[in-house]
Amino acid sequence: MTALPETMGEFETYFDETIERGRRIEPRDWMPDAYRATMIRQIAQHAHSEIIGMQPEGNWITRAPSLRRKAILIAKVQDEAGHGMYLYSAAETLGADRADLTGKLVSGRQKYSSIFNYPTLTYADVGVIGWLVDGAAICNQVPLCRSSYGPYGRAMIRICKEESFHQRQGYELLMTMMRGSKAQREMVQDATNRFWWPSLMMFGPPDAQSPNTAQSMAWGVKRHTNDELRQRFVDMTVPQADKLGVILPDKDLAWNAERGHYDFGPVDWTEFMAVVKGNGPCNAQRVARRKAAHDDGAWVREAALAHAAKHAASPKNRKDAG
Amino acid sequence: MTKETFTAEGGHGAVPVSDAPVEPAAASVRSDWPLYEVFLRGKRGLNHVHVGSLHAADPQMALHHARDLYTRRNEGVSIWVVAATDITASSPDEKDPFFAPAGDKVYRHPTFYEIPDDVPHI
Repeated sequence: MTALPETMGEFETYFDETIERGRRIEPRDWMPDAYRATMIRQIAQHAHSEIIGMQPEGNWITRAPSLRRKAILIAKVQDEAGHGMYLYSAAETLGADRADLTGKLVSGRQKYSSIFNYPTLTYADVGVIGWLVDGAAICNQVPLCRSSYGPYGRAMIRICKEESFHQRQGYELLMTMMRGSKAQREMVQDATNRFWWPSLMMFGPPDAQSPNTAQSMAWGVKRHTNDELRQRFVDMTVPQADKLGVILPDKDLAWNAERGHYDFGPVDWTEFMAVVKGNGPCNAQRVARRKAAHDDGAWVREAALAHAAKHAASPKNRKDAG
Repeated sequence: MTKETFTAEGGHGAVPVSDAPVEPAAASVRSDWPLYEVFLRGKRGLNHVHVGSLHAADPQMALHHARDLYTRRNEGVSIWVVAATDITASSPDEKDPFFAPAGDKVYRHPTFYEIPDDVPHI
């Protein structure tokens, strides 16, 4: 039987060995403060992204072109809410407080993925978001199912199953539009032009400028580097674009037989920085909308508590009644 | 460019690593709904298994939320919700030899006993 650790040094060794063996860290285990802080930040930002991510597509629910598309889009947006909830739940196992995290999101002190600061101008955007944005998210998320932090990995398994529906409904929507009129095909191309580069930015800065990657990989909370995942996404997406009949807006995009990968042009990190810093097209609107929803719901949360308290106090509704 | 650094370790991509600190905070607002842990029976014949948690004003609301959150695709046929504060858990604490009693009782396992290969059905 493995001896249980007793000193601080032994705790660290035990933690390191657990990760080295590919085992999971669970909520009540000892963990370095920096690991805990990193995991809370990572999970919270991911949760915020899911919650804010409801908005760009939610805008289109009332204007869906058919009942079928509307039902699909509602289900998808509901999934995003669910993903946010799974993730806040995982963050809470680390001692974070959900209300506190929401407070930091609506006060702008914590960020979410910059991809959601771009507007959705046409219904083709719904399809392109499913295809490219959710496709990129899947590339990022599948390896996270093996995150060293147990609750996060388990949430990611659940999320990945659902993301597959998101990507496929998007691609199917685009295929339908590409079979339609010239104007519809142009909408798809236009949406692709607008979302292609922001999707590549989702993988984060080049490895050379990612000082945290090494630590995150050592901890098993990140499994591949930003550039590896970006390349994987490009390689997966090019044949899908060909099949769809859209052109990815990159003149440098070309198969490199020597590398066995597609080469692609440089990402405009200045734009990325500007969007993250709050100067994207929709930053202020997204946060204001989230804050309004939270504030407008305050009376509901309080009323539900009051109802629960009154209900619990009533003798005929006591738990052991009957 | 600033010195701000970014990471894409989370699911939806690049976010700054210099956000507001997120150290565990026990403080909770008065109007917070309590935390419930959720257990699902995936199908008949299986045990209920822990799937996560959620906040709700009371157990009935917790059940409804659990249905919406954890069974959107027929993942369960039965749900338990338990107030998180009502759960008593063993501790992974270093001084706690909680599981030690089982550690040295190898005779509780069938493989402890040597039986000749030619004895059938055992």
